[in-house]
Amino acid sequence: MSLAPLTQVRNKAVNPPANKLVSKLVNKQGYQSFQIGQFKFERDEYFAHILYPGNRHIVPIEAFLRALMRDIAWGFFYGTVNFDRVFGTINHYGTVEMFVGLNNTAYRSVHKEYVETFSSKDLKRVFEAVIEDWTNAEFDPFGAPAETGNAYGLKQGDNLKAVQRQRLSAKRMVGLPGDLKMRTEEDGFPVNRAFADVPQDKPELHPAPGFEGQVYAVNLFAHLSRSDVTWNPSVVSVVRDSLLCATTEEFVLPVIHGNDRVEWLVQFSDEIIWDVEDKITGMPACKVIMKPGDVAAMPADIRHCGYSPKRSMLLMWENNDGTLPHRHASGELAPYPVEF
Amino acid sequence: MRASFSHVFNVPALVTEVPMRGCSKKGVVETKFGSLMNFTKGGVQSISVNPKHYVFSNVFEVASQSKPYERVAVGRNLNYVLEAVRSEGTSPWYAANHDEAAIVMDGEVEVHLIQPDDFLLPVGKEGAVALAREPKGQRMGWMKIHRGHMALLPKGAAYQFHGAAPGVLLIQSIKGECTVEKWAKICQTR
Repeated sequence: MSLAPLTQVRNKAVNPPANKLVSKLVNKQGYQSFQIGQFKFERDEYFAHILYPGNRHIVPIEAFLRALMRDIAWGFFYGTVNFDRVFGTINHYGTVEMFVGLNNTAYRSVHKEYVETFSSKDLKRVFEAVIEDWTNAEFDPFGAPAETGNAYGLKQGDNLKAVQRQRLSAKRMVGLPGDLKMRTEEDGFPVNRAFADVPQDKPELHPAPGFEGQVYAVNLFAHLSRSDVTWNPSVVSVVRDSLLCATTEEFVLPVIHGNDRVEWLVQFSDEIIWDVEDKITGMPACKVIMKPGDVAAMPADIRHCGYSPKRSMLLMWENNDGTLPHRHASGELAPYPVEF
Repeated sequence: MRASFSHVFNVPALVTEVPMRGCSKKGVVETKFGSLMNFTKGGVQSISVNPKHYVFSNVFEVASQSKPYERVAVGRNLNYVLEAVRSEGTSPWYAANHDEAAIVMDGEVEVHLIQPDDFLLPVGKEGAVALAREPKGQRMGWMKIHRGHMALLPKGAAYQFHGAAPGVLLIQSIKGECTVEKWAKICQTR
């Protein structure tokens, strides 16, 4: 199904002055409300309320905080982060569109979508303020459901240590001197309960004097087994714009990720089931079942959500070339990576 | 008659012998990895798309059908590649103008490195180049790595793999003269 061109239907507001981004009002449940542009965010015991001109969208608070956490940690990621089938953000790498109904066929067919554009820095600042205030002491939005307390109820403290984690990126390879550190017991990263059987041995290295930083290897699976977060890829190896992003997954990907380029998946362990849909209309495209050793591309014109019944290890392979979104959007590049 | 996905879509069934929980028995953790001798493929169950667009393969299956050290592309992102390699016996010496990384998916392999002083790869040459012989130069050392380990193959160094028994490597590189592309043979096509 084709939709009307965006330029004809989009309601676009003007980015507001930076000094009016956050409104510190505390409601009777103890939570602050926040505003940026024409969007206002409120929470109660069970829901996030997203108010925008003429209407309101509601998301269960646990799902909202999990999605918001990824959007912040990933720096709005590659392309679209759909919190659900109505609300989300689109990264334009410097600016971000925040929308209601933009990728929803029903909203679009009656021109009920609403979009505003913000500087990435401003929106990130507001999102960070929201997650810091709305996350209670016992809830970790990065944690698997079996490993964290509940997100609901009246305001009860905070969990700044959990929500201020950032996406970790190696410059060359994880573990190299001066680069991203390996996770260790001493640094507060115990082996996760679901990876208790993953060997923790180290590679056998025999560098000649002077080549210690070049004859180098790490136990990547051990590093992953100590991850304290789910659905939060970290860059572990870099070859120019080719980024190996390793991650551990459990339960459900908290967002529906819409690609603006091709990304690849390599299943290291266990199993993930992906529901794949058309990026704009949400029409079901396929299921991709990934078992250990499986490799699959996620084309540039889809959105996807993953389900990991047991904590699993996944390699996401990204191309960080900043020209790709435009080259895909303009049709210069096909949405899929290989013709055969 | 009961139909299953595998009948309808002619792809592997969704439900397999893989446990649906993190533990095979209550309280016993079992992380499932694959190997050359023991792997089960998933697949693309198409609803409205061409499965070829998902370029779906399995590194263990690819390696099981490859010659030793054939560098078969299982992922390509413009000029970047992921290559699946069957490590068995001794490989040629390779070098590249850029870093590469090798992840052991199965087995054990030694990596020997030399800082060559008798050749220079052409400027702009991308991907791994197979050298005709062992280069002259300073021995940088060696490492022994096995499943789950990731090794740096540093820019400008010559390297050689040796595996006493068959194994599988996944190499992050750039498409080059050693990259073998045979997508129709390795990928799900319908």
